[in-house]
Amino acid sequence: MSSVGIVSYGTYIPKFRIKAEEIAKVWGEDADSIKSGLGVLQKSVPDLDEDTATISVEASREAIKRAKIDPKKIGAIFVGSESHPYAVKPTATIVGDAIGCGNFFHAADYEFACKAGTAGIQTCIAMVKSGMIEYGLAIGADTSQSAPGDPLEYSASAGGTAFIIGKSPIAEVEATLSFTSDTPDFWRREGQPYPSHGGRFTGTPAYFRHVYTAGEKIMRENGYKPEDFDYAVFHQPNGKFPVRVARMLGFRSEQIEQGLVVRKVGNTYSGSSVLGFSAILDVAKPGDKILLVSFGSGAGSDAFIFDITDRIEEFEREPKVWDKINRGVEVDYSVYLKLRRKIKMK
Amino acid sequence: MLPRFWRKIKYRYDIVGTVCETCGSKYYPPRNFCPICRRKSKMKEVNFGDKGEVVSYTVVHDTPEEYRMMKPYIVALIKLDGGPTITSQVVCDESEIHIGMRVKKAFRKYFEDGEDGIIYYGTKFVPES
Repeated sequence: MSSVGIVSYGTYIPKFRIKAEEIAKVWGEDADSIKSGLGVLQKSVPDLDEDTATISVEASREAIKRAKIDPKKIGAIFVGSESHPYAVKPTATIVGDAIGCGNFFHAADYEFACKAGTAGIQTCIAMVKSGMIEYGLAIGADTSQSAPGDPLEYSASAGGTAFIIGKSPIAEVEATLSFTSDTPDFWRREGQPYPSHGGRFTGTPAYFRHVYTAGEKIMRENGYKPEDFDYAVFHQPNGKFPVRVARMLGFRSEQIEQGLVVRKVGNTYSGSSVLGFSAILDVAKPGDKILLVSFGSGAGSDAFIFDITDRIEEFEREPKVWDKINRGVEVDYSVYLKLRRKIKMK
Repeated sequence: MLPRFWRKIKYRYDIVGTVCETCGSKYYPPRNFCPICRRKSKMKEVNFGDKGEVVSYTVVHDTPEEYRMMKPYIVALIKLDGGPTITSQVVCDESEIHIGMRVKKAFRKYFEDGEDGIIYYGTKFVPES
């Protein structure tokens, strides 16, 4: 069987940005300690007419254009998000009609905090390998929520990535596994506008346990050491956690720097680790080996080993993720409140 | 409202119009009958592509209720590279818009039918670069 993996990818980041200083000023906090403590300098903010569906469509359209495939060959669409526009009615159907993939396709919305996007990648890999579909579209996208004044407000941002999974890929999936447990580190109850979290509990028993265990096991099972990888990328709830877990696993900072997008764009939740992974794909060369480990609160981690193939050399990779991140338009806190609909209207 | 919008999803989610294969006239919104060729009209659906140029525009300050939050917003006549001239919202700052500006399509929300109603999506335009 020919290899299966990522045939194409596309990303979308809303244009607005708000800096940590602007949020800290409103809540009487010290911006420098926030920036050094969280490792987030600014975050992306969606426009009034943008949501997870629009972000998913834009990222998917870029992926399809780069893949140069007929969208009707896409046999499955999975949208991973914790901010689907509807509680009941799928985002995946909106994406399907917008990209014109016909009506004979599998579709479902996934929800597993910040790792729902990578769960969709795994499903598509399995469906392509089994011969059920020729191509699958897996999307991780969010316009994440945060209560005003909550520490999450400095990082909860918006963005998304879409992957087309199929044969003859630019990045072959060498291995994947998941580590999952019932860990209540972060949640949002039905009908609640904002999530709640366990503060420091989100660290050791949640993020670090799951990301480390999944990362360590996939390397051990496949006979690799950290130095065998050209790049590694981990879920990025802030700028500190991925750096620390990389160090725990034995990676050097040069291996994670390219994919560490959170400092400039914030935590795009279901789009987080996959946006960093896309920034790596933007510069990867044939023969490069990449470790990707996502994390979703609740909690679980999906780990992947990707091998870049020769096909990446003729693959269209402009505009790059970092270019999209760097060309944002800054807004102040009052405009941010309006854009995020935090102002109660009559 | 709901069934009417649903019937037009194909034409709103993307710039799908019609061309008369008899005379070559292009129409958006799509027509199922060519007013030039009349009974000889032979209509075919086509996608008019992603990009175009602003021919003229207006900045709307007195908005309908659904667009109150977007005030002021821009509506422009856009000559598509693929043929017809269409009317669409251009999402950008008032200071950016100008005649001759290159624009590309973007999938955006049109409006929401209240807090518990349907969300209507469709094509708008944004600056090309």
